[in-house]
Amino acid sequence: MTTTQQASRNSTRIEALPDVPAIRITRDFEAPVERVFRAWTDKDLFQKWVGPRSIDTTIDEWDARTGGSWRYTSRRDGEQWGFYGSFHEVRPDERLVQTFTWDGAPDGVSLETMTFEDLGSGRTRTVGLSVVESFEIRDMILASGMDTGVVEGYEKLDALLA
Amino acid sequence: MADQLSQVFAALADPIRRDMVSRLASADATVGALAAPYDVSVQAVSKHLKVLEGAGLVSRSREAQRRPVHLEAQVFDLMTKWIERYRQQAEERYQRLDAVLAEMDGSGQETKDGAAS
Repeated sequence: MTTTQQASRNSTRIEALPDVPAIRITRDFEAPVERVFRAWTDKDLFQKWVGPRSIDTTIDEWDARTGGSWRYTSRRDGEQWGFYGSFHEVRPDERLVQTFTWDGAPDGVSLETMTFEDLGSGRTRTVGLSVVESFEIRDMILASGMDTGVVEGYEKLDALLA
Repeated sequence: MADQLSQVFAALADPIRRDMVSRLASADATVGALAAPYDVSVQAVSKHLKVLEGAGLVSRSREAQRRPVHLEAQVFDLMTKWIERYRQQAEERYQRLDAVLAEMDGSGQETKDGAAS
């Protein structure tokens, strides 16, 4: 079980839904569901993968319980960005619902629902659904450079783009 | 840029329009030829074409009498770049998670306890 094999085997699928201002990201992992869930909710494990090495991320607040809150700051080359939100629901090994706000746009909030599915044989599928307020904001996110990720969903278009 | 992206997404939200686009990828076609496989009027197809034209996805030659519809491939290049950049960012993040999960393998409890400091 090597990281390289995992990387080539499990690719990230992104869809921008045509009828709701939402982005859905699907990814499989070579680890049992409880481990994947823990990597998502344990403060120090989360910090290890949240951002690239070039960005220094400090977790300022992390209370991964239903009703808890979180906040982290990312810094690079003297610039910094803050992100915060709440843990709306923490249902171990199944479902994680959070709100997400970038403090540069405090009126904006997205609702992030992660579902964790046990695929058996020590594998897990995660589906992340981010819902924002409007299609304009969704498309701005697509065109901006935030690391939320995006699109596809258009099967015919997939073939065209290939 | 974001405006055009929104228009492109809206234009492609319709299954007939997506199908038209995928057929135009192989060759230019007249409105009549484009309409042929669908159970809708030529007028309805013209309407769909207007939306695609508005988003910059297709163009129609003014000179040629048949006025064939042409796919503007560079718009897709733009979309491909955006989509691929976002997909890559998500993929990179998840590859970091892959590495964290591999580290947790067998020593998960230790990682968790050590994290308290």
